[in-house]
Amino acid sequence: MGAIALSPLDLSIAAILVLMLAGSSAWLHLGFGKQVLIASVRTAIQLFLVGYVLNFLFAHVDFYWIAGISMTMFAVAVWEATARQQRKIKGWRSYAINAFSIFISTFTLIVFSLVVIINEYPWYSPQYAIPLLGMMLGNCMTSVAISIDRLTQSLWKERGIIEQRLLLGETKNQATLELRKASVNAGMIPIINAMMTAGIVSLPGMMTGQILAGAPPVEAVKYQILIMFLIAVVTGSGVIIAVWLTLGSLFDKRDRLNLQSMTTDI
Amino acid sequence: MPVLRVKGLCYQQYGPYSFTIEPSQCVSLSGPSGAGKSLMLRAIVDLDVHQGEIYLDDVNCSQMPATRWRRLIGLLPATSQWWFDTVGSHFHSIDNTLLQKTGFESDVMHWQVSRLSQGESQRLGLVRMICNKPRALLLDEPTASLDSNNVELMEALITEYSHEHAAPVLWVSHDRQQTRRISKRYFILDTQGRLTEE
Repeated sequence: MGAIALSPLDLSIAAILVLMLAGSSAWLHLGFGKQVLIASVRTAIQLFLVGYVLNFLFAHVDFYWIAGISMTMFAVAVWEATARQQRKIKGWRSYAINAFSIFISTFTLIVFSLVVIINEYPWYSPQYAIPLLGMMLGNCMTSVAISIDRLTQSLWKERGIIEQRLLLGETKNQATLELRKASVNAGMIPIINAMMTAGIVSLPGMMTGQILAGAPPVEAVKYQILIMFLIAVVTGSGVIIAVWLTLGSLFDKRDRLNLQSMTTDI
Repeated sequence: MPVLRVKGLCYQQYGPYSFTIEPSQCVSLSGPSGAGKSLMLRAIVDLDVHQGEIYLDDVNCSQMPATRWRRLIGLLPATSQWWFDTVGSHFHSIDNTLLQKTGFESDVMHWQVSRLSQGESQRLGLVRMICNKPRALLLDEPTASLDSNNVELMEALITEYSHEHAAPVLWVSHDRQQTRRISKRYFILDTQGRLTEE
């Protein structure tokens, strides 16, 4: 079963539809037109680039090349996760926290799944390593950003309540229990929802792509299940570590809330 | 008998301050806003970074976890905060006689915090703090926005607690008549941050 190769004309027709969408945004003064155009151009360029990079990698299977690409993807994920937070810890520490939590959760799990589950030779075979890493990094990045944003925003808004609870002798963990729960949950909701409705409401993107590209549906489904499980684990662990580290650096050893170390601009 | 002893206390650009409050003694603290009165109370309960030593009963603040210290030194802020839906969820244990003394029945535990008036919120805040059995009290204008009936209930309960448990009290208040009623020692913190006893 082969796939119908898309011609430049096919993609151009889809692009014209996006242009029409941007046009109606301008006409209705909705203000997202420029954003959607930039995003579309970026999507096209970035995906074509990665397509060529993958072509190159598949032709030259080399650990250092794959490690280099992986680290680049990782660096961009950390950068994006930090940039999406409205309030963050000042200076390099917010980058360090995001980098650590994303790195630990993503890289331990990717090595584990490549070696134990995929079990291809060599274990870093780019056909599996790069797409899996991309899925994990992308989801982990989004969830960490959502969780930490939620955490810092609500710490700022509810600082009066937190300090009241500290005054009554609660520890920082007791005083922030509800906040921590809500922040971790906010980061977990996208993947939990995706798993709940998978196949019923929507077909997951990766599976759709595989099926369109001609793979047998049940094979695509098996990979999709694997991906979903891995994403759930990677976002869960990433979010837990990030929330824990962020709280740790906003309180000191004497359980004092230290919001001066947070940026104040919105 | 608990004695609250502050030795060379500094916080931000304020200080150093040194004073001792004896058991059962109530000291009032007044001064213009921005003089650092609230900050002083926050520093004493170790909620803000500070230098210098604070002793309760010759035990130094730094010798115990901050959470334990904050139970021993109760600070009541000008407005009490509530975060759960019902009043009762904020209490671990509750002494009904305390509630009666502040004018409540035990059904107050089922009340919604959203319908508490400012007076009720402050009185319940005081009860909540006292349920921790603090050995010393720091009060940051606890009655500033209350009517005379509420003020009377609060003053009576605080004075009674202080005498019964020999608790030293540091009470920030702007009201000259109130400071006369509750205390015999008067501290004044001026705009330059100088602490004087009147």
